[in-house]
Amino acid sequence: MLKVDRIQVGIVLDHIRAGSALRIFEELGLAGREYPVALLMNVPSTKLGTKDIIKVSGALDLDLTKLALLDPGITVNYIEGGRVVRKVKPGLPERVVGLIRCKNPRCITSTESYAPSIFTLVDRKAKRYRCFYCGEHVTV
Amino acid sequence: MDRECNVLEGMPAPRSRHFVDALDLSPEEYQQLFTLAEEIMADPAAFSSSCSGKLMATLFYEPSTRTRLSFEAAMLRLGGRVITVADPRTSSVAKGETLADTIRTVGGYADLIVLRHPKEGAAVLAALYSPVPLINGGDGAHEHPTQTLTDLCTILTYKGRLEGLTVATCGDLKYGRTVHSLIKALARYPGTRFILISPEELRLPEQVKEEVLALREDVELCGTTRMEEGLAEADVLYMTRIQKERFFNEEDYLRLRDFYVLTPERLRLARDDLIVMHPLPRVTEIVPEVDGDKRAVYFQQARLGMFVRMALIARLLGVA
Ligand SMILES: [Zn+2]
Repeated sequence: MLKVDRIQVGIVLDHIRAGSALRIFEELGLAGREYPVALLMNVPSTKLGTKDIIKVSGALDLDLTKLALLDPGITVNYIEGGRVVRKVKPGLPERVVGLIRCKNPRCITSTESYAPSIFTLVDRKAKRYRCFYCGEHVTV
Repeated sequence: MDRECNVLEGMPAPRSRHFVDALDLSPEEYQQLFTLAEEIMADPAAFSSSCSGKLMATLFYEPSTRTRLSFEAAMLRLGGRVITVADPRTSSVAKGETLADTIRTVGGYADLIVLRHPKEGAAVLAALYSPVPLINGGDGAHEHPTQTLTDLCTILTYKGRLEGLTVATCGDLKYGRTVHSLIKALARYPGTRFILISPEELRLPEQVKEEVLALREDVELCGTTRMEEGLAEADVLYMTRIQKERFFNEEDYLRLRDFYVLTPERLRLARDDLIVMHPLPRVTEIVPEVDGDKRAVYFQQARLGMFVRMALIARLLGVA
């Protein structure tokens, strides 16, 4: 198997649905950052069959609020001193800018394309969000 | 409401600068507006130059003569002036200018903008860009908050209170945005009961019910398809139009329409101190014979709408 060095300080995103690491890499804005990043794809997994993994060295301050929307199965491992100090299952963010599109054809965002898409969480259990503009509900 | 933060600049923007959604104001703020409207009504001359030197722009992306006239009359009666775009098809909008650009440009000319737009949420977006106070004059089937102000002000004027009322709403409760806003606004007052009278096809949507119950858990919402059932207990009867285009076929429309028409015979079932309201324009849902009944207040309601808009304009411009 492919060998990637153990990181000393950073974040490891584990249990990413196979094939979606690239999208997550982009959505987290990792392309524009200078941290060393390893993308591992199609790694054998006992739980998932295959999975993707992203390792980010040196970064502890990434904005991970979108993760739960991108892939609810992800585990976030915070690494310090070469070992996992915290494991987190990301929860749904209260507010999402970008990412979700409003499905209401009468919504102003359907014609004014520059309008930033903004959704706020209305029901965490039902995973329901509300469009900031038209009030339409979407389930993620 | 989640409108306290200007998402574009990450800067907190004072919510009270604009009036976009009926629920942007608290019941206390409503009360202040209604008190001001009452003062204006009692002595219009005292306010006839309150807005002198101020300019209001009415920007109507869809025609609504009634709403536009009400706003313009309100501003003119306050001594202000009005510029208007009544037909955006002939203006820069037709050339593909974005709403944000139009709002920023017009906001450079005027002290206040009234926006009417067919798309839902248009006023929310416009408020993000407007350098001056912006009033939502109706955005598609979404909100028409000055209608809600008008409705509440009418109820307060004729019933003397907004708490503990039994309000029957009748007609199209599915698409009728004025009804949705009114129900949500009234739900914040204790002891409100709603009797929802509509055909099965046009019942109040579940999402609206949920939003109402989120505002106040103990709100009573009873639905019925029979107008006669709801009338006897009501303090307020709010009539709406049933539109033909809401039905799949003409037959259903014609059959159902007559079930929800207010006639003197049906009004006989109601209490003596009931008030009958309607956002107007009325078509066939209230027969003209009802107009003479002292309980019919829909034309006074329209007039009150102008005074409440005067109060709102004066408040947003900081002159009263
Ligand atoms: Zn929307």
